[in-house]
Amino acid sequence: MSTLGPGFVPAPLAQLPWKIILLIAAIGVFGLLVLYSAAGGDLQKWAMPQGIRFFAFLAMAIALSRVPEGFWAMAAFPMYGVILAMLLGVELLGAVAGGSQRWLDLGLIRLQPSELMKPVIVLTLARFYEILPAGEIRKFGAIWPAAVLIGLPAGLVMLQPDLGTALMITAGGIMVMFLAGVPLRLFIGGALGMAVAAPLAVNFLLHDYQRNRVLIFLNPESDPLGTGYHISQSKIAIGSGGIFGKGFLNGTQSHLDYLPEGHTDFALATMMEEWGLLGGFFLIIAFGLLVRWGINVGVRSQSRFARLAAAGLATTIFFYVAINMAMVMGLAPVVGVPLPFISFGGTAVMTAMICLGILMSFDRQNRKVVTW
Amino acid sequence: MRITEAAQAYSFSRRALMLGAIQGGVGLVLAGRMTWLAVLENEKFSLLAESNRINLTLTPPRRGWIVDRNGRELALNRAAFRVDLIPDQIEDQEHVLKTLQQLLGLTPEDVARLQTDLKRSRGFRPIQVSEKLDWERYAALLVRLPELAGVQPSESFARYYPLGAGVGHLLGYVGAASAEQYAKEKDPILVAPGFKLGKDGIEKTMEDVLRGTPGAKRVEVTAHGKPVRELETRPDTPGKNVKLTVEMGLQEYAARRLGTNSGSAVVIDVSNGDILAMVSMPAYDPNSFSDGIGQSEWKMLSEDDHVPLMNKVLQGLYPPGSTVKPMNGLALLAAGIDPHAVVNCSGAMQVGNGVFHCHKRGGHGGVDLRRAVAQSCDIYFYEMVRRVGYDAVAPVARSLGMGQKFTLPFTTQRSGTIPDSAWKLKRYKEAWTVADSLNASIGQGYVLANPLQLAVMAARLASGKALVPRIIADEPVQPAPPLNVTPEHFAIVRDAMFAVVNDGGTGGASRMLVPGVTLAAKTGTAQVRRITKAERASGVLKNAALPFKLRDHALFICFAPADNPKYAAAVVLEHNGHTVRNLDTPLIGRDIMTYLFDKEMALKSLAEVEPSWGGDYKTRMAEQAKAFQATQSAPPPPTPEDTEAAADNVSAAAAAATTNTIDTDAADTGSVEPDE
Repeated sequence: MSTLGPGFVPAPLAQLPWKIILLIAAIGVFGLLVLYSAAGGDLQKWAMPQGIRFFAFLAMAIALSRVPEGFWAMAAFPMYGVILAMLLGVELLGAVAGGSQRWLDLGLIRLQPSELMKPVIVLTLARFYEILPAGEIRKFGAIWPAAVLIGLPAGLVMLQPDLGTALMITAGGIMVMFLAGVPLRLFIGGALGMAVAAPLAVNFLLHDYQRNRVLIFLNPESDPLGTGYHISQSKIAIGSGGIFGKGFLNGTQSHLDYLPEGHTDFALATMMEEWGLLGGFFLIIAFGLLVRWGINVGVRSQSRFARLAAAGLATTIFFYVAINMAMVMGLAPVVGVPLPFISFGGTAVMTAMICLGILMSFDRQNRKVVTW
Repeated sequence: MRITEAAQAYSFSRRALMLGAIQGGVGLVLAGRMTWLAVLENEKFSLLAESNRINLTLTPPRRGWIVDRNGRELALNRAAFRVDLIPDQIEDQEHVLKTLQQLLGLTPEDVARLQTDLKRSRGFRPIQVSEKLDWERYAALLVRLPELAGVQPSESFARYYPLGAGVGHLLGYVGAASAEQYAKEKDPILVAPGFKLGKDGIEKTMEDVLRGTPGAKRVEVTAHGKPVRELETRPDTPGKNVKLTVEMGLQEYAARRLGTNSGSAVVIDVSNGDILAMVSMPAYDPNSFSDGIGQSEWKMLSEDDHVPLMNKVLQGLYPPGSTVKPMNGLALLAAGIDPHAVVNCSGAMQVGNGVFHCHKRGGHGGVDLRRAVAQSCDIYFYEMVRRVGYDAVAPVARSLGMGQKFTLPFTTQRSGTIPDSAWKLKRYKEAWTVADSLNASIGQGYVLANPLQLAVMAARLASGKALVPRIIADEPVQPAPPLNVTPEHFAIVRDAMFAVVNDGGTGGASRMLVPGVTLAAKTGTAQVRRITKAERASGVLKNAALPFKLRDHALFICFAPADNPKYAAAVVLEHNGHTVRNLDTPLIGRDIMTYLFDKEMALKSLAEVEPSWGGDYKTRMAEQAKAFQATQSAPPPPTPEDTEAAADNVSAAAAAATTNTIDTDAADTGSVEPDE
């Protein structure tokens, strides 16, 4: 950058975090190639609409990066309130319409308030721990408000029912609590408690189809033609791709329709069938760099809000990627979490871009601090 | 406060580091899992992906023909247009069935069968709608195909048996493999559409030769089974032909000549044991069995008291009656009885508490061996066998083929019984009685034989050799060593059989009309009911007055020419009762033998009498089916899923029934009503 004179590029443009934008674009363009192939070489079917969405949301992320850090801190609670109200509204609307409705149609995408809650829960808790006096952190007062803040939206989303999103909201919130310094023993105890509670939850809290997914995850062969079919076909796609893959447009599992949801939740399998282990490593490394950058943004931040929020947002992206990959490779139950920038659909792109936009805004703030 | 904030910043970086480490760890686990799947398990998953992608379609091989001894086709394949249903792919079953019914002219019964099959189907296995469509209907169907998901038209071959029911039990039929067969053989060709395997008779036992090797087509298919492109094709190797010793013309003639009888006929070449004809009538039509039999046809066949589902030649067991008398003659001679010794027949004979009657109420007067055979005198054989004991007769009977099973390509062959004292002791834990000997001496009591054994007995009497019957022409002729009987004894017995037909004996009706050819024969009647003293006193009921099941069996063995035997035959007519002359054994036997020497004469004689019983078997079967359908008010129950097994059950039940009647007779020692 420094070799370019300041006169060549307009200052606002030069100030953009180009490395990160290029990294995101690389993942996104790769995703478009995967969708182009998943559609059997049809550009119009998925790649084109997804491309428009991707670049629109990238532009939105860049726009968000111009928002000052202080705005996020200030707006955190109001946003939380609005989205919680929307969640409630969707729930009521669904009850009226006589079915489970999760979204509001916004044209470009169908907006799911639960998606917006993913970054907003992080901002809200970051803000909460920022204003919480430092000495209070080891007290119960540091825990129960956070638990309520997480529990309300997570509970509403569970009612929809959307297990994957509810889990991500909960996990995102808990990560912020962890980063804020809530005593470690709580997390260890919580993990143990989960181990005990999980079987109970599976038995009593989950819907039948959710419970089935969990049980089938534990024993995929029990249902090779039903839900277990997704996992087996996905593993076949990945396993048969080998190290170098079958080649672009040459995947048989996806093109012959053996792989269900090959362009949405299971896009990773579609990709790895054609690009092999190398494609898989590329995505893990690329997302790894992205998450590492996000956490580093937090580490470099000056305010407690920005530190907690940055690391929390980065972790939200991490959850997306890790849960999706684990699910596609048969390491986790099929919970319906897409792979951001790869899977077809606007929701995940939007959420991830909001996270990245806010991260870029914190990053911009840090640089300002540095230049000062 | 400041310090705490600094501590908080420190705590944050520490925890961020922890988080980063955990995330990095998760990343490594994910990368490890990827490597595991894509590298270590690559081979397994590649195979699975290939087996997903590639669908191996087998094309049924063309089945080998079955030809007669002169190479004329008994079973062949005809090009056919066929239509199958793939249950999994049907979207609107009602619409599909309705359209098919209209396009292909299916009867409501056909539709009912399809509905049954669809209910039983396992999804991927095709269900045959029709396999003998003409081109017009096939073309009409092709045009409508886009709206008929699940309908699969194809061009294939259908098995065709020109003689129809005339070869039903000889050749069997072909049909789709049953679920059990598939479970046993695991060969995917068994479930390929249009593939049929032998279900009975020669078709079943010579399956390995006839089947051939299926062709294969490797097709790339989508998950929904839609073919994308053909990868490679391998043509089928047709099955080999099987050549039988049977003579097609004779087979058909015998089948027609049996008329409305429930009977069987076997003709054997005396020079080498070749089976020239082997007929069991009535029989199912293998053509309609091979198409998948209709419900009412099945019901009609399984309820018929003439048991068309049983191969009577091998599975029918009958008391041979007087047809054993020539064999008895050989045994008596071997035991030292003088052929000129005379027994006086008064019409009845007292043995212990029982009275044994001759079929001739007034008696024959003085009879020697020749006259006893010719006149079928029961008293002579009672007396002579009483003298030598039946244990001296049984070995001779066995050496002539009675009680024996032969190596023939048929799944079921019942061996019957030639009893002796050791056999009875073992079977009933009882000692042999004189009455047992007397019953056996006239082919009743415990004695049971199938028609093939009777034909073999005739052939061995005619040739003097231990001929072994054979039916596969390509198999080597088995050696037939001379029987342990002196030529003089054979000459005496053959002369007695000559007398049966040509010297005032019971078979005078069968005298041959072919110049220079004489027939030697023995008639027989086997009673299937007990005649009480009261009935005998008031006059034995005429067969015509009895219900079918209680009438006597009529039996006949013969060979010709009498002086230089070339052919031997046996004819057995269940419950014939000697009621209609043209349909009785002597004339049927004579005509079948006539066919071998003068085809024209035999056909002319058949043409004269056939209209009297309603025409040939094809005509009569069509009439019968029509009449049967008219009597059926309710729709018939579904055809059994496995007709092969079901047919076995029906014939086994019928066979068991014949044996049982005889067993009750056997227990009756006092009042056997013997031969004519």
